[in-house]
Amino acid sequence: MDGSGQARGFVEFDRVQKSYDGVTLVVKDLNLAMPKGEFLTLLGPSGSGKTTCLMMLAGFETATHGEIRLDGRPITQVPPHRRGIGMVFQNYALFPHMTVAENLAFPLEVRGIGRAAREEKVRRALDMVQMAGFGGRRPAQLSGGQQQRIALARALVFEPELVLMDEPLGALDKQLRERMQFEIKHLHERLGITVVYVTHDQSEALTMSDRVAVFNDGMIQQLAPPDELYERPANSFVAQFIGENNRLPGRIESVEGGRALVRLDTGELIDATPVNVTGPGARTLVSIRPERVEFKPDQIPADAHTIEAEVLEFIYMGDSFRTRLRVAGSDDFIMKYRNAAGQRRLEPGERVTIGWSPADARALDMP
Amino acid sequence: MAQSEASSPGPETAGALTTADGRPLAAALARASARARRRAFLLVLPLLAFILVTFVLPIGQMLLRSVHNDAFPRNMPALTAWFSANPRGTEPGEDAFAALAADLKGLRANRTAGEVGTRVNYEFSGTRSLFTATARNAEALAPPYREALLAADPAWGDPRLWAVMRDASRAITPNFYLAALDRARDETGAVVRAPPERRIYVLLFERTFLVAGVITALTLLLGYPVAHLLATLPLRWSNLLMIFVLLPFWTSLLVRTTAWIVLLQGQGVVNNVLVALGIVPDSGRLSLIYNQTGTIIAMTHILLPFMILPLYSVMRPIPPSYTRAARSLGASSWTAFRRIYFPLTLPGIAAGGLLVFILAVGYYITPALVGGASGQLISNLIAFHMSSSLNWSLAAALAAILLAAVLLLYWLYDRLIGIDNLKLG
Repeated sequence: MDGSGQARGFVEFDRVQKSYDGVTLVVKDLNLAMPKGEFLTLLGPSGSGKTTCLMMLAGFETATHGEIRLDGRPITQVPPHRRGIGMVFQNYALFPHMTVAENLAFPLEVRGIGRAAREEKVRRALDMVQMAGFGGRRPAQLSGGQQQRIALARALVFEPELVLMDEPLGALDKQLRERMQFEIKHLHERLGITVVYVTHDQSEALTMSDRVAVFNDGMIQQLAPPDELYERPANSFVAQFIGENNRLPGRIESVEGGRALVRLDTGELIDATPVNVTGPGARTLVSIRPERVEFKPDQIPADAHTIEAEVLEFIYMGDSFRTRLRVAGSDDFIMKYRNAAGQRRLEPGERVTIGWSPADARALDMP
Repeated sequence: MAQSEASSPGPETAGALTTADGRPLAAALARASARARRRAFLLVLPLLAFILVTFVLPIGQMLLRSVHNDAFPRNMPALTAWFSANPRGTEPGEDAFAALAADLKGLRANRTAGEVGTRVNYEFSGTRSLFTATARNAEALAPPYREALLAADPAWGDPRLWAVMRDASRAITPNFYLAALDRARDETGAVVRAPPERRIYVLLFERTFLVAGVITALTLLLGYPVAHLLATLPLRWSNLLMIFVLLPFWTSLLVRTTAWIVLLQGQGVVNNVLVALGIVPDSGRLSLIYNQTGTIIAMTHILLPFMILPLYSVMRPIPPSYTRAARSLGASSWTAFRRIYFPLTLPGIAAGGLLVFILAVGYYITPALVGGASGQLISNLIAFHMSSSLNWSLAAALAAILLAAVLLLYWLYDRLIGIDNLKLG
């Protein structure tokens, strides 16, 4: 599963399993190695085991089996406060009875750092998140975004090498969330820290990460950089979970030169790239992104198979048009195309011939 | 509305803001909200009247009674007049005894000798019978009154009696407060401490506050972990635990106290178990009840829920992520508790502490049943003066001192912690 193939990582999960009730496994055989300085996102639906992994790394949960290593040292027996891992919580967890400055000074104080050095570090950390001058406020007097910055500064002020973030932007509105995504990303680049980030928001994962681990059912479904994850999903769960996706069920007709011919259940023939299908005769789910579907003949490769479609709905989205088509008996095939100058607007009821480059359609397992 | 806003230059012009038709905004607002305020006031009126009649008036009357007693001036007008005409230290002469004799005849006629005797007896015990006996034969008194009265009872010549009667002749008197603080006036009117064998009230106040303090500390010590457990256990278990905490509330106070008697008495369950285990010899059974220990044990148990519930209500909304954040930031579990969790529970500790302390200071039935002699608290003495010795003025003075002490504590609490931080649930 580990595509990058480094022998030893800064953070390593080695055959880690976790069970809460002794009956079911929440995390099944997790193996993961991440190099220093990486921004890794654990992405998955709720209950997929991603937060449990984070909590095991932070030390608030113990692994039922297996070993977690930090910089080569097993940390299973190390209590949370000795791990030196910074953590940002979902609801920020700023101490309400302390001022912002006291919150930031807390990790320094428990480490026995002198007052003068403490004040200097707190000042620098506040500058870093552009919150200088807010040191005397209480957390309750700050807005959500400001609290988020303080929580970030507090997790970084004692200069940990590894920082964990548990859905830190979940409570913010969309605009603020997007701005904070870039700020966190820039801090990561500037400080050279290693970040493990948990989220269920796939656009957040794609924007920020060096690599994304897609979790489902206690297992990593795919661990890859964002572009690979989006363009070359390894199985139908990943394809469906990341971004929007059209799915066409069928059976492999033939596989030749990295190209598969798929006979859809309704009889049409289409081209796809085989990913995790066995061979001719196997059931498959062909997955294709809405923005890779073409309807203008000059955009469709000459040798590719095409398929007839009927326009059901046309939605104006500003920068793009979104059309819902009836394709191969299914009513929810989406095609998205750019709102370029002179672009044709399709009318409901219109019949079009659609096609795509075989590399963009992926023949995946039938779940 | 829209048109008038657009056409009139009104609202945004310089100076005081006005409404669209030119009235001052503040006045318009007051008028608009007056109706709502009136309705709100009418809604609370019944409760206000109820509190006034059942709470404010009785307490006011009690406070008045602690400084006001007119039994003497009302029934002894002649002697009262003589006292106000002659300054303190004047030797009572024939005119004084004549006034006394006239008043005694009045007492006989009105059958009020007991009332006056009781009033004087409050401050000089043994004098009630002096008044009733002399008044009974008052008709036979003839001049010279001094000799006649001294012949009837030589106690009439006692200068202390005359000093006490002079004090009693004034309806408004601080003497009940003096008595409540183990003080009295001597013949010259100076304030002196009561004789040692009669000093009980200050000791009892001290004991009451000490016992209440010990009980508050014990309930906090026992209740804090329970409240924490209640706040952190899964709902299914915490509900069960909550029932155990509340169970005592559903049992009569009398039953609970009696149960402690069964457990703690000399031949009771606890002593029998200790003897059976050989921890305590049969001859040295512990005296756990009918003393201060019994009062403390039983009251700690009875007041425990009043500590647990405010603590629980403060602990429940504290998210576990605070402690986790502290731990991840490098604090050991003890430091995380001391610096983060404990300060966040302070409002609950303060509320529970205040509640338990105030309840304990005024507690009556449990110390009365299990306190014996050394476990009596000030409220037991107040009850004694209310129902047995019938010295309501002294009872009122004691109660007023207790009230003042509690108010003082409340004020201190407000200064130190702030009453806004109080969280009772």
